[in-house]
Amino acid sequence: MKNTSDILIVGGGLNGPALALALAQTGHSVTVIDALPEGAAEASDFDGRGYALALASQRLLAQVGVWDAVAEHAQPMLEIKVTDGQAGQPPSPFFLHFDCAEIEESPMGFMVEDRFLRRAFNAAIAAEPLITVIRERRVIAQTIEAAAVSVTLDSGEDLHGRLLVGSDGRQSGTAQRAGIKRTGWSYEQTALVCAIDHELPHHGVAHQFFMPPGPLAILPLPGNRSSIVWSESTSTAQAIQALDDQGYLAALRPRFGDFLGEISLAGKRFTYPLNLTVANSFIGARMALVGDAAHGMHPIAGQGLNAGLRDVGALAEVLTGATRRGEDFGSSLVLQRYQEWRRFDTAALVAATDVFNRLFSNNNLLLRLTRDLGMGAVNAMPGLRRSFLREAAGLTGDLPKLLQGKPL
Amino acid sequence: MQASQTTVDPAEIAKFEAMAAEWWDPEGKFKPLHMLNPCRLDYITGQIAAHYGRDLSKQMPFAGLRILDIGCGGGLLSEPMARLGADVVGADAAEGNLPVARIHAEQSGLPIDYRHTTAEAMAEAGEQFDVVLNMEVIEHVADPQGFLIASQQLLKPGGLLICSTINRNPKSYAVAILGAEVIMRWLPRGTHEWAKFITPVELSDLLQGAGLKHTDSKGFVFNPITWSWSISPTDLSVNYVTASTKAAKT
Repeated sequence: MKNTSDILIVGGGLNGPALALALAQTGHSVTVIDALPEGAAEASDFDGRGYALALASQRLLAQVGVWDAVAEHAQPMLEIKVTDGQAGQPPSPFFLHFDCAEIEESPMGFMVEDRFLRRAFNAAIAAEPLITVIRERRVIAQTIEAAAVSVTLDSGEDLHGRLLVGSDGRQSGTAQRAGIKRTGWSYEQTALVCAIDHELPHHGVAHQFFMPPGPLAILPLPGNRSSIVWSESTSTAQAIQALDDQGYLAALRPRFGDFLGEISLAGKRFTYPLNLTVANSFIGARMALVGDAAHGMHPIAGQGLNAGLRDVGALAEVLTGATRRGEDFGSSLVLQRYQEWRRFDTAALVAATDVFNRLFSNNNLLLRLTRDLGMGAVNAMPGLRRSFLREAAGLTGDLPKLLQGKPL
Repeated sequence: MQASQTTVDPAEIAKFEAMAAEWWDPEGKFKPLHMLNPCRLDYITGQIAAHYGRDLSKQMPFAGLRILDIGCGGGLLSEPMARLGADVVGADAAEGNLPVARIHAEQSGLPIDYRHTTAEAMAEAGEQFDVVLNMEVIEHVADPQGFLIASQQLLKPGGLLICSTINRNPKSYAVAILGAEVIMRWLPRGTHEWAKFITPVELSDLLQGAGLKHTDSKGFVFNPITWSWSISPTDLSVNYVTASTKAAKT
């Protein structure tokens, strides 16, 4: 039937297309519904947004066939330096250094600009015969039947499937229409995000500075360019954001130091309030949530994307497993497996975040960054905690196959 | 959903719809079966795919296979087999299950031939299948040997029988009767009669006595820590499953 596919995905950002590709590769027909026009987010200019892709995320991108198009624009992260103090000054006793040579010779992750990822995803979903993309349409209603789900678009058109996936962000309409409430809190902090050009090469080194006003991450982009994630109390951040470019750079310079020579802005400036919003359930009748729709974390440097791609890997694996044993993949029995898999991870992450909050007061963002990238001694605590929790719950080795670089 | 069955009383349909919902509610009365089902399906689909050289990653891998599900209940195994492309007959001696199974299959858009009959009656009628599923049935029948002989007759030459049951030992009494029925109340009291449970050696003898070649045995093991089932190659102490084949025509 024309308006029928196995799976309907609401949201054409990055997680939605990643899931669509993974599911199409295992024989499912998928319709992706996106509110934005084609190419809206893949403008040729760099807009300052980048993602620190963990190695596991890069493996998933390779499995779903978009990595080749992204690789030439990706900056491998070869070293991470964590410093208590400021750049350009002698390292404090807390100086930590992580070199990718210590972990099996591959980079710890990659910095990729948003526009290249979107371009690669849009090209890949357009080329996949099992994927239908509907753009510039919003979902205005969703209906659950005994073994099916339907959505109504703002064009009046109805689409039918056996499962609806909400990949529609932290204010997920899919979750709201399913009556799923959210829990969250604000950190009273705001991250200032921008890209800078610098005089000297970064040599693939990411820097994380713990400084009295707040943590600062400098993440290497291709060329003599880096992505800055800079956290301040919300009032300070707003004051800095209100400055003109010269004033902004003047505020950044003493924090940044001069180890990369002269710096200048390389794109737009963004601010993101740091808060957490977790859906009280990741599933509903014939419905599952992925990415920020399930757990809106700090939308910084792509850590939300790394967590979202874990959802994608887990959901694609659960649904494909169900299909291959003949189960109804949209049934609550199957969806519960996804929920159990991912909610545990999210709970551990929220718990770890809370512990860090207490230990390092306002430094939780940077610690989260560090932890999620899988790098560092500061990483050891939540790492150990999670390993222990997993061991206790029998969930060891629960990284989805796609994130291990294995096909489904 | 279609509402075209005009010859049936609407109140009856509503009742069976409610029962279908209950059969298929993962948190409902049949929760233990739902929890075990992925494991059973992994075993069944793996055995069928290996025996008939099918690739489970392909669409409709069981297309062209005729499968009989004896003791089909609400259709927990029949539906997956139909979804994988098989031509499925679901048989149950309990008449009340059949409209329930039929309604759910119709809601799921699956063409399954559900019949109120027994293995013996179908064998007598000369029906034959590529695969016969006897899952958690043999411990409920009066004459296990006769039941397996009928199952053997229902197989085409070279056909595959999958038969699962519960071992008879102190542990199975503790787990299947005290645990599942008395303590957890997963199953109604009296669902199982421990004396009717069959040891793996006895089942192997019964399969051979029915003229089948017993080819494989595995355990289904419940882990109370992870609260889930898994397939064990060695632990057949409570729930276990067997595969056996009928000789091909010479």
